[in-house]
Amino acid sequence: MAKPLSVFGELVRNFFKKASTQGYPFKKASVDSNFRAQIKYDPALCVGCQLCVKNCPADAIKIIQINPEDKPQVGADGKVIPVHRKFECKIDLTRCIFCAQCVDSCFKKALSSSQDFELASTDRSSLVYIKKYQDASQDKADSEEKEQK
Amino acid sequence: MPKITVPLGPQHPALKEPGNFMLLLEGEEIVDATLRLGYNHRGIEKAAEARNFVQATYLIERVCGICSHSHATCYVTNVENIAGLEIPQRAKAIRVVIGELERIHSHLLWLGVAAHEIGFDTLFMYSWRDREYVMDALEALSGNRVHYSMNTIGGVRRDISKEAHEDILKKLDILEERTNYYIHLATQEPTLHARTKGVGALPKEEAIRRDACGPLLRASGVARDVRKDDPYLIYDQLDFKVITSDACDVFGRLYVRVFEILESIKILRQVLSNLPEGPFAVKTPFKIPAGESVTRYEAPRGEDIHYVKADGGPNPARVKVRAPTLANFESVSYMLTGDQLADAPLIIAAIDPCFSCTDRATIVASGKQSVQSLKDLRTYGIEFYKKKGIDFTKVK
Repeated sequence: MAKPLSVFGELVRNFFKKASTQGYPFKKASVDSNFRAQIKYDPALCVGCQLCVKNCPADAIKIIQINPEDKPQVGADGKVIPVHRKFECKIDLTRCIFCAQCVDSCFKKALSSSQDFELASTDRSSLVYIKKYQDASQDKADSEEKEQK
Repeated sequence: MPKITVPLGPQHPALKEPGNFMLLLEGEEIVDATLRLGYNHRGIEKAAEARNFVQATYLIERVCGICSHSHATCYVTNVENIAGLEIPQRAKAIRVVIGELERIHSHLLWLGVAAHEIGFDTLFMYSWRDREYVMDALEALSGNRVHYSMNTIGGVRRDISKEAHEDILKKLDILEERTNYYIHLATQEPTLHARTKGVGALPKEEAIRRDACGPLLRASGVARDVRKDDPYLIYDQLDFKVITSDACDVFGRLYVRVFEILESIKILRQVLSNLPEGPFAVKTPFKIPAGESVTRYEAPRGEDIHYVKADGGPNPARVKVRAPTLANFESVSYMLTGDQLADAPLIIAAIDPCFSCTDRATIVASGKQSVQSLKDLRTYGIEFYKKKGIDFTKVK
């Protein structure tokens, strides 16, 4: 049975309702802990297998060895010490589609998905995420410097 | 009265995507309508040939922004068929969960768009607000609101945790209540009836003749649903109804979609209450062997067909996508004829069109125009394949 103007009851009800919208950007928006946003790289775990690069659908990730000139050394006892290969990761955020396939492809768990979704920038060069291999001592120095600041 | 032609699109405020409709008007009445597509061709099928099977999954998912899971499942099933993979029951169930959540999301989105075209913006705001519940559920399950990227060759990428499980069930309760409110509204609100009843009529015979699919066909009284006719995943174990309507107009399409939301909720409760235990993915083989496969999938908009051919190399040799909208477009010019100009956006929106999914291939022979009979085309086809070493002359 048609009841004209029955929707007007909604109008009255809506006067006393809380807004459904969020006050973003004034109020911080939250995403689920499962959300796939910016990819983070841990250079200490990377072995440079390039599987992430091969499977990236957007050609966004690059893993570059930063010490290609290093040669294997012969130790005092005659044993060959292999090169400790160090890598840096470049992720072009303008190309990345945040599918996190690289995270699945990485069997060393060097890549992980973070919840940083606020990636907009007015500077194009800042849209490339670069993470270089650092020695543990250098890492410590950096963190101390940060603490002092 | 002189007849005038009004172009609707390719860029038009009433259309959400580019498509051109040439409407021949006599006064306010549409006497003829022709359709032109191809303004949003992205060459996805060709691009898929330049990517490996894993990369192509994400590319195919981006054929459509709303039924992304449908396309990805269709493609991935094809690759699994070629590789001869048997995927675990749990993976199948999770695919159904995402697929049905996607259907609810798509139908609520359509309800909003249709309400906006009708001029009932309150309903538009309401349905899009309620759509947030589904989007949140999808975000919690898959990690994204639109491109879920749940599928991978050999299963799904993420499991459903116990907490997420309860959270979805709570959200489904709210959605069911809201959907029932829409049904109540649709039966009581006379303005909705006035704008939708008798608009864009598509009789049963015409719908079959024009190969309509999905909710458009079901709203013309034909119970066709790939989930029932050719069950895939675990649909053969589920209890659900195929919603049909004999209204054959925009109201019928509204009815079918709104009741399909309730059916999807029913399916989701069944799947979630007895989710099979076990692994959710199997190991992907390093190499996909040569072979070809065709899969059908009931996307929210209708039957989605994918074809994948592999030649043993790292990339797919051929990928073909037939989005449901392509099948439904054939009916649009018929539905437009005889209606008012003001109803044109609503009739077009009623098939839930997805122009960019549909824009697959445009063949333009520059400067050449020719008319070929079916017989000539057949001879041409036979000659074409003869050169490739395949003889079709024996086929009658």
